Amino acid sequence: MQHRTIAPLLSIIPGLGQFYNKQWVKGLVFLILGASFVVAFGDLLNMGFWGLFTLGTEVPRDNSIFLLAEGIIALIVSAFGLGIYYWNLKDAYKNGKLRDENFPVTSLKSEYQNLIGQGYPYLISGPSLFLLIFAVIFPILFSFALAFTNYDLYHSPPANLADWVGLETFAEIFTVDIWRSTFFDVLAWTVIWTLVASSLQVSLGVFLAIVVNQKEVRFKKFFRTILVLPWAVPGFVTILIFAGLFNDSFGAINNDILAFFGMDPIPWMTDEKWARVALILMQGWLGFPYIFIVTTGVLQSIPEDLYEAATIDGASIFAKFKNITMPMILIAMAPIIITQFTFNFNNFNIIYLFNGGGPAVAGSTAGGTDILVSWIYKLTMQSSQYSLAAALTILLSIFVIGIALWQFRRTNSFKEGA
Amino acid sequence: MQTTMKTNRFVRLFFTYALLLFMTVLIIYPLLWTVGASFNPGNSLISTSIIPKNPTLEHYKELFAGKESLQYGKWYLNSLKISIFTMLGSMITVSFTAYAFSRFRFKGRKNALMLFLLLQMIPQFAALIALFVLAQILGMMNSHWLLILLYIGGQIPMNTYLMKGYMDSIPMDLDESAKIDGASNTRIFWQIILPLSRPMLAVVAMNGFTGPLGDFVLSSVILRTPDSFTLPIGLYKLVNDVMGASYTTFAAGAILISIPIAITFLLLQKQFVSGLTAGGTKG
Repeated sequence: MQHRTIAPLLSIIPGLGQFYNKQWVKGLVFLILGASFVVAFGDLLNMGFWGLFTLGTEVPRDNSIFLLAEGIIALIVSAFGLGIYYWNLKDAYKNGKLRDENFPVTSLKSEYQNLIGQGYPYLISGPSLFLLIFAVIFPILFSFALAFTNYDLYHSPPANLADWVGLETFAEIFTVDIWRSTFFDVLAWTVIWTLVASSLQVSLGVFLAIVVNQKEVRFKKFFRTILVLPWAVPGFVTILIFAGLFNDSFGAINNDILAFFGMDPIPWMTDEKWARVALILMQGWLGFPYIFIVTTGVLQSIPEDLYEAATIDGASIFAKFKNITMPMILIAMAPIIITQFTFNFNNFNIIYLFNGGGPAVAGSTAGGTDILVSWIYKLTMQSSQYSLAAALTILLSIFVIGIALWQFRRTNSFKEGA
Repeated sequence: MQTTMKTNRFVRLFFTYALLLFMTVLIIYPLLWTVGASFNPGNSLISTSIIPKNPTLEHYKELFAGKESLQYGKWYLNSLKISIFTMLGSMITVSFTAYAFSRFRFKGRKNALMLFLLLQMIPQFAALIALFVLAQILGMMNSHWLLILLYIGGQIPMNTYLMKGYMDSIPMDLDESAKIDGASNTRIFWQIILPLSRPMLAVVAMNGFTGPLGDFVLSSVILRTPDSFTLPIGLYKLVNDVMGASYTTFAAGAILISIPIAITFLLLQKQFVSGLTAGGTKG
């Protein structure tokens, strides 16, 4: 039998294959690594996987949710363990092969240097990776897993156990009437909100940047500072201020401005349609300065010669705008414009801080202005519909990722074509 | 011909200034209104006017009166602490990671970049319940440090992408000549790459600072006691617990946080605008 077969076979117990290849130090390192992994994580893995499969069998001893969390941690730990194990097998195979071909096995010194050289990027991005797993990947896996359980107010610890139910929650979203109608209402408003609010802030920002950038306009610096102010003030503060201004009974918009023009007060907070209008206007106010600044930067980078050449050719202002300014802005800003859309799709703060997604809609857990993310927040924090919230999260993520990937591909091809 | 062009120009400029003036009013009005409200006597806003008849400092005093449910000074410090540490942590982790991804070709690099791209599209609070459970398992409810770690972790994918894109535009020749002179990787990072990435570092710093400052979702899940609140939760509770009743006090609180932030922002604007524009064109 060849060395390249025997060594990895022996390495099924980490380190033995390396001993066989007469790489004593490395073999020892793998052996110790393997043993300590089993000692350190054995209990966690054992308990974790048992918990992951059963979600607990006995109340009040078992807490389904903690078991699920430990199960997912066990999954992540074993993924790392398997990675190292695979490395161990591969190393045994590689050195076995070298021996088959009558080359000397790699020396300890060169291995060490190799490790330092190749390990450098892993070393400096390691802490980030760890944080990422802890703060983002683990929570996302956990939420996704919850979508396949029946975890809600009636199946929550310590009094009750939760259980795996497969795709039942997803099926319920589309079959239970009240959930289905709420879901499609919220989804429809989310899409309208995203499109209208983002388009408003983008077009306002681009338009104002072009207006201020006209050669003849004076006090440019002053106007630019004013126009950036909405971005400079913390967003949550502005939203809460607007919530006061729009207030039906004591807000200045009804009491001062509309009254000044002799108009009747508008029910901004209590009427669904007006609340939506108010939100879109506010987002326009809050969101345009960012686009304004970036567009200004793009405009200043367009070479003056282009316009001069166009003037000599007799192009009108509008022709210059249509054929020079607009294409330049669109190409440079396509990625930023897309992020505005994804941002608004998930723009929880403005919806929730303005009036809590209200006004309330009879018989529905979502209010009149709730978008998907704020509805999910309410389901989690207020009505304890955890598995429903998790299932919605999955649907939302698929939706966002799908659109974003499609958009990125489109803009990439757009860029290459230009 | 000459005159029509002149009238055209006049009309265009007239509408330009009219529009700019209108926008100025639109932007300044809500801000001035808040300033006015903060000096108005009483709690109600019904009689509020921009220039109060009997201006008072009562609301500013109330913020620091040390009431159990209104610990403004504490919230302010909490918010600053969380924002500053998130900013620092974010700058360190992101610049190292971006350096690794920009300058080294290692196994798993492509997959990791793809993962970052996907992760930045899933909002972090999609995993709200999980973070809540995590805080309970770790026994870290109300812990600012847990929140800081979560913020730093959550910002890694997007900021790494931005930073990596920027570092990619720094010519490799610089590294190579330094390497020939015997500089180590870490030294190249500190002395060449990082100083050249300053505009994007400013963007990362800004994201790191303003992200936690504006966050309501994560902090409201993890921070439950009034003395651990940050400003967004504290001020939100102030406005909403007794609707309308403490609006003028909220206005005072809003002023005290907005003015320093806005000034810092306007002063540092130049620093990160070039980074944003570069990030925009690079994608």
